[in-house]
Amino acid sequence: MDFDTMIAAVMVLSSGLALTLSLTVMALMAGFVLSVPLAFMRAFARPALSRTVLSYTYVFRGTPMLVQLFLVYYGLGQIEAVRASVFWVILRDPFWCALLTFSLNSAAHTTEILCRGLQSVPKGTTEAATALGLKPMQVARLVTFPIAFRISLPAYGNEVVGMMKGSSLASTVTLLEVTGMARQMVSMTFAPYEIFIVAGAIYLLLTSLAVKATQFLERQLATDGTARRWRQPRFATTVPEHRLTTPMP
Amino acid sequence: MNGFAIQFAGALLITIGLGLVSGFLGTVFGLMLAILKNARTPRVAGLITAYTTIVRGVPELVIILLIYFGGTALASKIAGRYVEINAFTAGIVALTVVFSGYATEVFRGAIAAIPAGQAEAAKSLGLNAWQRWMFVIGPQMCRLALPAYGNLWISLFKDTALVSIVGLSDIMRVASVGAGSMRAPLTFYLAASALYLLLTTVTLVSIRSVERRYPALGR
Repeated sequence: MDFDTMIAAVMVLSSGLALTLSLTVMALMAGFVLSVPLAFMRAFARPALSRTVLSYTYVFRGTPMLVQLFLVYYGLGQIEAVRASVFWVILRDPFWCALLTFSLNSAAHTTEILCRGLQSVPKGTTEAATALGLKPMQVARLVTFPIAFRISLPAYGNEVVGMMKGSSLASTVTLLEVTGMARQMVSMTFAPYEIFIVAGAIYLLLTSLAVKATQFLERQLATDGTARRWRQPRFATTVPEHRLTTPMP
Repeated sequence: MNGFAIQFAGALLITIGLGLVSGFLGTVFGLMLAILKNARTPRVAGLITAYTTIVRGVPELVIILLIYFGGTALASKIAGRYVEINAFTAGIVALTVVFSGYATEVFRGAIAAIPAGQAEAAKSLGLNAWQRWMFVIGPQMCRLALPAYGNLWISLFKDTALVSIVGLSDIMRVASVGAGSMRAPLTFYLAASALYLLLTTVTLVSIRSVERRYPALGR
């Protein structure tokens, strides 16, 4: 253990923090926006459409994100049409490839999480809203989704942590985020312990903050006894469980 | 392409072997840690909580890199010359650490979910600690833990892909070697994802069938 190296590592790795955070936040946001309509389709649409959404989430949740990233970054360039199209400007850049992969992956996970939330909204609530004269769109926007979001929040917190950890894969496509910086620094100094431990500590700090933020939001959004009951996971833990819960097709 | 089919078959075996060994070791360690955590000694329980929090809050990739490069540095220091740790060993150690971190919390939660009356009743029937575990707590705990435990296995098989980054010739590695030499990355990575999807599907189906066979009691 060499403390000077560790302090130097803190300085160097912090410069990758911006990239880690922007990848995580942008992927989560894009994934969320994509997943809301998909979750409604998955939960309430007719079987054929629901199956289609399931096949998307199943494939993205059943394969490692590393394979998906390599498929997008290296694989898409093999198709002549892609290289000729306007998208090539985006798809040859590692940052956009990583962002695209992470967003699609996050959307798949978030879709299943929100779908489970949507399905556990009590039927009586939506029926009451319809009886009050709300149109289907209004019921979805004002009643079903807010309740479902509150129910899904603990699971969504896991997804946030998972994406934060998953953003470390961007280092494999030459991006210099925290892990990328660490790998570069290790290859120059060969002090793997100090540097990777510092990298781990940075991620631990980030994930703990994400967990705290989710818990804060859960407390803010808790309204009544029902929500409270749903909020309590059976296994109360500080950092949440592994996020993959694949349903039967 | 034919030569690569054989290589992919070998790589599939390596991936499965890596997954099975680290999953088995991780289960054993996770179970031990969960039992230790439930035995009320605050200091031990605090240490175990710290372990699981760290393991679950740090990216798997960083853990693998730390154990591979850190292990190589440590072995070199001890031997006095450059010694490289085998990627398979490093992968097993890293994935065991990850799996045991998650498994500890799953088992601990399942143990905590068994009503205290069960252990008390067993105690009053005169069963000793070992018998209480084997006949009363253990079987109920297994059924309760099964769904979350199954998800850990699926995640484990996906995490094995990360070990290719430190040079293990698993599915992912064969795919990237093939992608480079045949100049057909799309084909090779699609083949790799098909293999991983097959692996996770088989895991999922078997876990679900065990779940149907052994549903949680009293729920």
